Amino acid sequence: MNKILERLELDAGEPFAGHKGCGGCGGTVALRLALKALGPRVFVGIPAGCMSAISFLYPQMALGVNAMISTFAGTASLISGMRAAADRRGFGDAHVLGFAGDGGTADIGLQALSGAIDRKERVIYICYDNEAYMNTGVQKSGLTPFTANTTTSPARTGTGNAVSGHKKDMFDIVVAHRIAYAATASVGFPQDYIRKVQKAARTEGTSYIQVLAPCPTGWGCESDSLGELARLAVDTGIWPLQEYDQGRFSLQRNPATFKPVREYVSAQARFRHLGEDELAQIEAERDARWSNLRRRIES
Amino acid sequence: MAGNDAVAYAVTLARPDVIAAYPITPQTTIVERLAELHADGELDAQYLHMDSEHSAMSAAMGASALGVRVFTATSSQGLLYMAECLHYAAGGRFPIVMANANRALALPWNIYGDQRDALSLLDCGWIQLYAEDAQEAFDLTLISFRLAEHPQVLTPVMLNLDGFSLTHTYEPVDLPDKERVDRFLPPVEVPFRMDLDHPMSLGFSAGPRHNTGFALKRHLAQEKAIEVLAQIEEDFGREFGRLRTGALESWYVEDAQWLLVTLGSISGIAREIVDELRRAGVKAGVVRLRMIRPFPAQALRQALRTATAVGVLEKNISVGFEGTLCSQVRAALQPLGGDSPPVLGFCAGLGGKNISADDIRQIFRRIERAQDEVETAFGVNWIDPGVSLEQDP
Repeated sequence: MNKILERLELDAGEPFAGHKGCGGCGGTVALRLALKALGPRVFVGIPAGCMSAISFLYPQMALGVNAMISTFAGTASLISGMRAAADRRGFGDAHVLGFAGDGGTADIGLQALSGAIDRKERVIYICYDNEAYMNTGVQKSGLTPFTANTTTSPARTGTGNAVSGHKKDMFDIVVAHRIAYAATASVGFPQDYIRKVQKAARTEGTSYIQVLAPCPTGWGCESDSLGELARLAVDTGIWPLQEYDQGRFSLQRNPATFKPVREYVSAQARFRHLGEDELAQIEAERDARWSNLRRRIES
Repeated sequence: MAGNDAVAYAVTLARPDVIAAYPITPQTTIVERLAELHADGELDAQYLHMDSEHSAMSAAMGASALGVRVFTATSSQGLLYMAECLHYAAGGRFPIVMANANRALALPWNIYGDQRDALSLLDCGWIQLYAEDAQEAFDLTLISFRLAEHPQVLTPVMLNLDGFSLTHTYEPVDLPDKERVDRFLPPVEVPFRMDLDHPMSLGFSAGPRHNTGFALKRHLAQEKAIEVLAQIEEDFGREFGRLRTGALESWYVEDAQWLLVTLGSISGIAREIVDELRRAGVKAGVVRLRMIRPFPAQALRQALRTATAVGVLEKNISVGFEGTLCSQVRAALQPLGGDSPPVLGFCAGLGGKNISADDIRQIFRRIERAQDEVETAFGVNWIDPGVSLEQDP
């Protein structure tokens, strides 16, 4: 990882250190890389959730840049206020970053995010997606994938998981706002992620990046499996790397064949109950989705 | 102009940096007027069209974290919708100024004025001021910025205006020129703000070891606001020539036997009835509370020292007990022990119901009777509730 960072000529300073995150946390990697990509002239809003719980415990602050905990629902509106005040004070060159989890983005914070995009706020909003309410103990969110076990969507072998939804498509939701820039990324592909953060930083208008951030605690995977799982999600076609820029869609990886989904799910306890039928269903849905994604980049 | 216009013009003269706006009746004409002034180039500020009251207060906090002057306005359901953010802003010591057009709370739905919205949020850590008329709404808007941003206070201020009876009633208002307002209200300067040279974390967590300390500091800062308000209003009087009286305003309290404590726009009629009673030789008086957080308990004890009986009139009821303001007055008088006059609570004007001059006369007659009764200190006196309990339990 450090060699990659050297090649990318990122900020040498360490903007995020001394936090209390779990070993192998994808969210902390996503935040650290984003802050390194953006540099020190930045104002950050982070809502109630893991990332604020591990970073802001008075008197020990883990962030070396201007940062504040927002209300759970208010990340995008808090950073809108920061942007307005930053512009007012002549800090037009500074970046304003919201960094929220999947529940804070797709559920309770969705309205505020929608409002910020509608106002064309010049802010960067990163959703670190670990696919459940991890800070409160792994409860189902609107971005929990189909059949995944959580403490509020307990799955049973053979019967699957009756309450699980199909994971809101946040990328398409923000694109439907005609947002200036949107992307998905994975901490397993740091160069791609950092390039997208840098692109967001150059964007005049709102940008949204949804980065897959594995959570060993909530996913039931090994704490050294972060990079591998985050890559497998992409290589199995479960997590497409895509961009929407100036009205055009693109895919950063568009392989002819995918690795079997089994390789991705078998390393995670949250999918332990999956049977052959459900795996087949997941792959069928993946293929249908990809044919849409491919059609979209061609048009 | 209407009370809401007075607020909007005062906000414009206060040179705010950021306005976070979301509409709700009867606050709307404040944000409408500000939008017009902004569009006309008379108001140089960032005007944010927010998606909810919760978002409006969140944006206000984000802006305030960078140390700029911030204004927002709300009412009723909107105030409650941002309730989480109210505690948050006070805890973060963000000196935001917000106008609140006092309005009833659903259910049943009602857009008209009463004071249940703000009084249900007395504990959210905000300073609460109440204006009586449009001129005072104007004056208190300017004063609110000075108070909120005062280095020893650093606490957000909620300026309350009675819905419709003040927000939409037209009265003459003296608008001072910009130079005088600038002299009275210099640009905001707070001791802590996010800066690129000195980055900092704000709005953090504090565990059991430090949490009480933060609460204590907030409490002391709010208490300080009573004397700071008085100091600011001395400055205000010197600059604008209008006498403002700090946390409360008294009418004939020097020798009053029968005193009515009021809040907001009803106070004008109450004073007129007192004048009428005085002409008839009845020693009546009014104490109008202009600030109820922090609660001016000491000043109130002093103002009520000659009273034989006291009434508290509020457009509010804490269901299951009594009026919230009544409870506050009783608690303030408690140190007097047996010397405390009996206190009667009056609930009137809910959901915009008119409180008439006759209602006030009736209230004073009720206060006068109190000295002969043992149980007057208990129960709520409902003024013309409009229902017969026999028919409609």
